[in-house]
Amino acid sequence: MTATDPLVSVRPRKRANPLAGIWRRPLTAVALAVVLTVTVAVILAPLLAPHPPLAQDLLHARSGPSGSHPLGTDDLGRDVLSRLLYGGRPALLGTAVAVGVYIVLGMTLGILAGYLRGWTDRVIVAVMDVMLSVPIVILMLAVLAIFSQSNVAAMLTLGVLSSAGLARIIRSACIGLREELFVDAAKVSGLGPVRIMARHIFPGLVGQLLVQVCLFSGIALMVQTGLGFLGLATPPPAPSWGGMVGEASQVIQQSPGLLVVTGGLIGLMSLSFGLLGDGLRDLDQDRRRGISAGARKPGRVPIAKETAETPDTAPDTGVLAVRDYSIAFATAQGPRTVVDSVGFTVHPGEIFGLVGESGSGKTVTGLSLLGLLAPGGTVTGGSAWLAGTRITGLPERELQRIRGKEIALVSQEPMVALDPYFTIGSQLGEVVRRTGGVTGGKDAVRQRVRELLTSVHLRDPDDVARRYPHELSGGMVQRVVIAMALAGSPKVLIADEPTTALDVTVQAGILDLLRSLRDERGMAIVLITHDLGVVADVCDRAIVMEKGRIVEEGPVEDIFYRPRHPYTKKLIASTPSIATTEGRIA
Amino acid sequence: MSSIILRRLALSVPLLVVVSAITSLLESFVPGDPARTLLGINATPEQYEALRAALHLDKPFVEQYWLYLTGILHGDFGNSLFSGESVLAVIGQRLPVTLTLVIGATLLSTLVGVLLGVYSATRGRFSRRLIDVVSLLGSALPNFWLALMLMSLFAVRFQLFPATGYTPFAQSPGQWAAGLVLPVVSLSIGGVALISKVTRDAMLSTLARDHIRTLRASGVRPASIIWKHALRGCGMPVATAVGLSAIAFIPGSILVENVFTLPGLGTTVVDATNQHDLPVVQGAAITFTVLVIAVNLLVDVVYSLLNPKVRAA
Repeated sequence: MTATDPLVSVRPRKRANPLAGIWRRPLTAVALAVVLTVTVAVILAPLLAPHPPLAQDLLHARSGPSGSHPLGTDDLGRDVLSRLLYGGRPALLGTAVAVGVYIVLGMTLGILAGYLRGWTDRVIVAVMDVMLSVPIVILMLAVLAIFSQSNVAAMLTLGVLSSAGLARIIRSACIGLREELFVDAAKVSGLGPVRIMARHIFPGLVGQLLVQVCLFSGIALMVQTGLGFLGLATPPPAPSWGGMVGEASQVIQQSPGLLVVTGGLIGLMSLSFGLLGDGLRDLDQDRRRGISAGARKPGRVPIAKETAETPDTAPDTGVLAVRDYSIAFATAQGPRTVVDSVGFTVHPGEIFGLVGESGSGKTVTGLSLLGLLAPGGTVTGGSAWLAGTRITGLPERELQRIRGKEIALVSQEPMVALDPYFTIGSQLGEVVRRTGGVTGGKDAVRQRVRELLTSVHLRDPDDVARRYPHELSGGMVQRVVIAMALAGSPKVLIADEPTTALDVTVQAGILDLLRSLRDERGMAIVLITHDLGVVADVCDRAIVMEKGRIVEEGPVEDIFYRPRHPYTKKLIASTPSIATTEGRIA
Repeated sequence: MSSIILRRLALSVPLLVVVSAITSLLESFVPGDPARTLLGINATPEQYEALRAALHLDKPFVEQYWLYLTGILHGDFGNSLFSGESVLAVIGQRLPVTLTLVIGATLLSTLVGVLLGVYSATRGRFSRRLIDVVSLLGSALPNFWLALMLMSLFAVRFQLFPATGYTPFAQSPGQWAAGLVLPVVSLSIGGVALISKVTRDAMLSTLARDHIRTLRASGVRPASIIWKHALRGCGMPVATAVGLSAIAFIPGSILVENVFTLPGLGTTVVDATNQHDLPVVQGAAITFTVLVIAVNLLVDVVYSLLNPKVRAA
């Protein structure tokens, strides 16, 4: 294989510079500058230090900052700045040793396991599992008990034992890369595994590697200075950052400032490593998502004042009235209107269909009536009235009083609609206590829960109450959710695709239940659905929505027999079951 | 649940073997030999040989290790080269202080971390930023330095707590507690950083889930939604974070004990390191490993208690 590699053309992206765009993240740039500046200063200590690190000047011991001692002197009159410059050498050397081993071993193990898979992978993963559970610091102490004061031996141990953490991350990244097109192309063109790993897998991992290296550098620095503080890694009187914190702690009463300076520098460095790692990770993620670092966050949706604040009069008919209603969501490109000037009226005892495909704005409309719009969504115009009370613009506290008692919700996915960690009886009991007006004690609540479960035709209410949601079928859970919605005897029930997630046989049962509840309680039901068969089956009147607007409204028979809008015609045509149920409508 | 515990215990066997093997293997690197170091230069050859035999130094490594391993199973961790005391007795004497620190820090960081996390998730953008800063500082600043800064401020400057030393509980419960405040607080800082952030993130994602919307739609009080239902949904990630913190507190206690000169296992092991007292270091290494295993075991048990699906099985 020559230097003209046929794969270059197949590779999807150039090896991105992991530091590109760093200047748009000031904090990350500052952290990088701190790390580089301090490292260079420590390397150049013999040139930069104003005094030899061990030179004592007892006459000027514990002096504050002065011209000849910019950071003052310590207990023995040694220059603090000079000692910090020299003291960074064992700290940064130890960190470099640990990081070096960490990279070499972690990358090797990770790439081998992730690329070769098979038994190599299994062995390496097993070894990594043990390595990850070993108490690293105590083993470093054991090493130091033998190799006394050996900074290098201790930090080698840290690097080796920590490399499993890196190997794990690289392994999973590698498994992903392995499946990519350019690696297949390399295999087809006959490259050996070692070469593929080195030339085509490795470059794709550089971004993640850099992040891990920065984070681990911070940890290694803290461990090294910790050892220095314990007096285990650098024999005195030679300066080391950790050792200087130890010396400062001896004179904590006389010169507390010394502690701030010495430990502060360690803190600044490890903080910078951490910030750098976090910043690089964000840059890497932005690059993967293809966002430039300065991408705008979604703003707020402006509310049209005249419509949102001007109180209009209560409509005289209907338990639920929606007038000229608009909803918008904040996006990075500005507010996007998802419901546009919608209006309808629902009467008591009526099942009212809100029909449309996904994205038509029907669910958003329904949720907004309960004040449960997802974050970023706002009613930008018009108003909704519930039993003569304006609910649009009500404060959250007022809405809490209405929810469950005046208006309730049955949502689409029964299996995730209930709290998985509490029994049915416990959740239903809480709602009963809150909204059901039960004044008695536990027994009264239990009795009411039993009544509610019976009213949704669950055969063994006591058994259901004892169960967790995951122990019930989808149809049973949906009945429980309906029971919960009924607890406060609401005037309006918003049913958002209540049967979509259920089996066909179960669907009919739930629709029958909704119909009979309407008949018994005179409740109004707003049925949100994309399924025209369901509309034909249970609804009295309906509106059809497309892209946030109403395109068709009226009694269900009219919609099916005399659709006026081409969209409605298309919907009917695309619902095969309608043809067969048409006879029932008439 | 018992199968989870059994699996965890089975995994811990190789771990203990590895840790004890590494520390034993290190012994063969000892420059000179421990018997000589211990006896000094005036010992008779008979004394020297007797000690070598007692330490099994006259045997090859594999046999040495085997003898050590079987010794451990009989509760014999050997004797300190320095004081001659039984290592098990030393550990028994010092472990309670370390355990008090680790347990105290775990409880404190869980309490503070969860409160901060929930606060941050349910209040505005400012509180989220605040947690980011707290958690960054808490995890990036060296914990021995934070400990010293706390000491400098609250013990030296304001003299609210003793700076160093340990009062046994039996002697004076009040002083015992006062002496533990600063060590426990300094140890728990890193844990607060982790737990608050995990709680915040888990809380935000739980609050966006469907079952929370059902509860809101049913008129359930926000306090109950946050503190009962949503927090319960955060159980697993928070338990993981608490477990990770507790595991980090175990080595962290070494530095904190040395800062506040507490008579725990951490100060013992550092002294032993300085004195080349390998049997003590070895015993401490195994004790720390057992502690880590115990924490993992507890986390497994908590997991299965938190998850109704596992519990039912």
